[in-house]
Amino acid sequence: MSAAPAATVDYPPLPAPNFRQRVAVWSMILKTSLGERLVYRGDFALGTLMRFMPIITQIFLWYAVYDSIGAAEGDNPAEIGGFRFRDMVAYYLLTMIARAFSSMPGLASGIAQQIRDGEVKRYLIQPIDLVTFLLLTRVAHKLAYYVIAVAPFALVFFLARDYFVDGWPSLPVFLAFCASLIMGFLIGFFLEAAIGMIGFWFLEVSSLLFVIMLFSFFLSGHMFPLTMLPEEFLWFVNFLPFKYLAYFPAAIFLGKIPEDQLAMEMWIEVAWLVFFIILCRVAYARGVKRYSGFGG
Amino acid sequence: MNELQRYGRVFLTFARNSLVRDMTFRANFVLQCVSSLGWTAMNVGFYLIIFEHTTSIGQDTGWDRDRFFLFIATTWFINSLVQAFFMPNAQEFSEMIRTGGLDFALLKPIDTQFLISFRKVDWSQLSNFFAGGLIAVVSLWNLAHREVDPMIPSALTVALYVLFLICGVMIMYSLMIALSATSVWLGRNQSLYNFWFYITNFSRYPMEIYNHGWGRPLFGLFTFVIPILLVVNVPARILAKPLSPRADWEWALVAWAAVVTVLSLLASRWLFRKSLLSYRSASS
Repeated sequence: MSAAPAATVDYPPLPAPNFRQRVAVWSMILKTSLGERLVYRGDFALGTLMRFMPIITQIFLWYAVYDSIGAAEGDNPAEIGGFRFRDMVAYYLLTMIARAFSSMPGLASGIAQQIRDGEVKRYLIQPIDLVTFLLLTRVAHKLAYYVIAVAPFALVFFLARDYFVDGWPSLPVFLAFCASLIMGFLIGFFLEAAIGMIGFWFLEVSSLLFVIMLFSFFLSGHMFPLTMLPEEFLWFVNFLPFKYLAYFPAAIFLGKIPEDQLAMEMWIEVAWLVFFIILCRVAYARGVKRYSGFGG
Repeated sequence: MNELQRYGRVFLTFARNSLVRDMTFRANFVLQCVSSLGWTAMNVGFYLIIFEHTTSIGQDTGWDRDRFFLFIATTWFINSLVQAFFMPNAQEFSEMIRTGGLDFALLKPIDTQFLISFRKVDWSQLSNFFAGGLIAVVSLWNLAHREVDPMIPSALTVALYVLFLICGVMIMYSLMIALSATSVWLGRNQSLYNFWFYITNFSRYPMEIYNHGWGRPLFGLFTFVIPILLVVNVPARILAKPLSPRADWEWALVAWAAVVTVLSLLASRWLFRKSLLSYRSASS
């Protein structure tokens, strides 16, 4: 007998990509997303600067509040939750940096939508992992954002330098601040991605998303330093992971976290990060098992 | 038929159509109400936390907790009215300029500004009007039943309050129409909502807080040039009466707010017509 016709030949499966090929794929994703983001840079920079405007109102509101309980400025300034007036302004500015790392606009809803309209099939067929792909596009988007946003941020921080009463923190504290920003980014990513995975179980997640976003906005410390909360809530809010999205990095920078507790607090954050990575992975694996795609 | 009645009927038709549309997607409508109310609840929580630490906003300004919440309620009334009646229309106006859809609005036998301003009503935003009502009732109740110097507003005060609330809405409307008219020249105005949010942010707190240091230029700018500080402050001061007895400058402020309402309506009308003259259709 002659050899079987070519059409029936069973090709061996492709070998798993080696590390170099993986890196090549990753850098390609990064490059594409970077390019995509840098198209609208002028609009972007102006938008970033505008985003500081609500802080102006906050500064005056807090000045009035501190003024009515004691002195807002001077040698013996009043304190609320361990924050003086100037700390409060510095706090709002620093949470802007923290949010620039941890906010993930459209991530959860995007995942839920890809599940709903079946686009998620792509990741089941192509040799790209959904979570890795999304993480890399986010990294690229964030990098592009920082490249452009660094100028308006620097300008605002320069203008507001007097509000940082204690100046730069010590080197270890500063390193902890940087680490908390990066972990804030990762926690923000895996938290939102995990929420998006709920889309495998429920078709409509926008209402659930909204409730979670509301809680995260309030409990992350974006509106006010969490230490202002009454004792009976504070211990509970401190236990939640939302604080890593805004409050925690700012509090580190301003030295509001005692240095002997800092290491412990950082390890707790690492634990939360690991928890969310596992949660996200498990949810994805389980979700894919449930998922059924039809048609092309 | 009387011209005014005709416009009234057209507006009622617009309002009814919007309501029919909203009721078609009822779950979505409820969701939008709930999300607006959630946002409100969060803000109220924030202010309650502030008043855990202080008794008033600013020294000797008289904005204690109950009066400040009356202020917040006023903000909520005005913002919900603006967002229900004008916000969806202003956004659509910018879009119409970009796509050339304004051609059809210009052809209709009705005043173009009227048509542009009132075409849609976002009924779900009115949920915040009721939230504002609730806040107002609670703070008025507290003010009337407090032991030290209780306050019950007179009928005249309430009438003036409603009048200047409407003035506030009209100032906001003028600003919004003026802003969206600029999209004729800019071509595209996607950040309209953002800009609107940032500007109106200044109206949310008692104006006294800007009256020191580098806040004074802002105070002047937002009282005399872009008069958004008057929008909430004037009606809220009338009703909450933070200073007792009232200071003379408060009456001057009220009179200025009345003048400003007329001026800003005229100015925005002028700007709107000016922008229509520069409109070049976008169709091919």
